[in-house]
Amino acid sequence: METGAKLISVQNITKTFNKGAVVALKDCSIDIATGEVVAIIGPSGSGKSTLLRCLNLLDIPDSGRICFHDVDITGKKMNIDLHRRKMGMVFQHFNLFPHMTVQKNITLAPLKLGLKTKSEADAQALALLERIGLADKADEYPAMLSGGQKQRIAIIRALAMHPEVMLFDEPTSALDPEMVGEVLDLMYALAKDGMTMAVVTHEMGFAREVAHRVVFMDEGAIVEENEPRAFFTSPRQDRTQKFLAKVLRVM
Amino acid sequence: MSEFFFGSAGFINFNFLPKYGMYFIQGVEYTLLLSVGSVLLAIVPALVLALMRLSKNRLVRGLSGAYIAVFRSTPLLVQLTIIYFGVFYFIKVPNIIIFGFVDLSRFIPGVVALALNSAAYVAEIIRAGILAVDFGQTEAARSLGLSPLQSMRLVVLPQAIKNILPALANEVITMVKESSICSTYGMMEIMWAAKTVSGTTYISVGPFVLAALIYFCINFPAGKAIEAIERRMRRGDRR
Ligand SMILES: Nc1ncnc2c1ncn2[C@@H]1O[C@H](COP(=O)(O)OP(=O)(O)OP(=O)(O)O)[C@@H](O)[C@H]1O
Ligand SMILES: [Mg+2]
Repeated sequence: METGAKLISVQNITKTFNKGAVVALKDCSIDIATGEVVAIIGPSGSGKSTLLRCLNLLDIPDSGRICFHDVDITGKKMNIDLHRRKMGMVFQHFNLFPHMTVQKNITLAPLKLGLKTKSEADAQALALLERIGLADKADEYPAMLSGGQKQRIAIIRALAMHPEVMLFDEPTSALDPEMVGEVLDLMYALAKDGMTMAVVTHEMGFAREVAHRVVFMDEGAIVEENEPRAFFTSPRQDRTQKFLAKVLRVM
Repeated sequence: MSEFFFGSAGFINFNFLPKYGMYFIQGVEYTLLLSVGSVLLAIVPALVLALMRLSKNRLVRGLSGAYIAVFRSTPLLVQLTIIYFGVFYFIKVPNIIIFGFVDLSRFIPGVVALALNSAAYVAEIIRAGILAVDFGQTEAARSLGLSPLQSMRLVVLPQAIKNILPALANEVITMVKESSICSTYGMMEIMWAAKTVSGTTYISVGPFVLAALIYFCINFPAGKAIEAIERRMRRGDRR
């Protein structure tokens, strides 16, 4: 797929919880192009996670459309499992499978979905582990690993499916400070390789240096989006300015 | 005083033992067959009921809920009677004797009735075990493209087993006690041994005291062992 073509198109989605009592997203629209890295920032409860989780339908929008490769994946008859294979997801709390070795965590989906033979899947897992310097952990269980190691393995577990886009929901927020760097480095390398990424993050450094575009959300709406330099130096909206003043002061 | 202990209604009048001890030994075997057998039989239907209970479809959820409600809200003796005389009136089990004393034409209706009852309880055990697994596990599995059933089978259930097994073992203990009701229809388990011996020898209380002792000696150590294993498993978790 050529770089710059529209990969994901979110059109006017709304999402409520608790029978409409909580409005998490109101009329959000955003396009993500192939090869683009989008950072999504905003205060707690602003709907960042919900927007990201709607992209692979972990949360199903009440209204609006989400197109992946120009196909509306919110359609009733759509087999979402097939699309999810192409959308890697990385969670704040890693969600590695604790009853499986690192190797099995990585090979599970490619094997059980019949995409690879056992030897292909094993070879790929090992190559991915070597890439992040954790080949010696292949036979360990997740409980034996540090948070940074777990998150990097969660990332390559998603990569083993050859996704076209990677979705990250605060991938470094549950980590001890000294481990944040190793995970960001891996994400940085992915971005450089041309991976399409949507990253919900509190790491303003990452947003500024790696993202092609920064999206600011507040109260369920996309308030402002811009390329990082302009976004951070001359935010247009009041709410963006206030938010940036707050988070950049503590940095 | 000695009448209180050793008379025909004496609490520790065990004079029947030399002649009728065998009834109790067979009774223990029969009881264990009934209780272990019924819980094992209950597992698959219970798993289906539990998954139905967790379904998004209201009708499917309702059906399973109704089954569980009916079996938990009516006495086991009533269920046993209806199944023994009703259901197994239409299904004829041949009079085959196994192990020398277990008559299948009685045992099968009994174990099926206990299993149908147990399925309702085991379903709730399995459901609780599944719900205790972090939902993030399901989300991670689904995000990789696994289907709902694959996620359940490969990711959630293997982790839920740890929560389910101890409760399942406790269900066997419950069934060891509950199966005493099967004596009503001639299944030769512990309670039947006590009733029969008491009727033949006119030693009215002793055989039942012995039955109580036997039930206790099975269930109390078993319960303690389950507790110990559970503690061990929990300690392993924290590592
Ligand atoms: N499963 C849910 N059930 C009920 N309410 C929910 C659910 N998920 C999110 N919400 C609510 O929707 C709103 C948006 O939540 P969301 O998690 O998307 O925010 P966020 O921007 O990711 O916040 P944070 O930075 O704290 O992660 C919040 O008010 C939240 O309480
Ligand atoms: Mg969030």
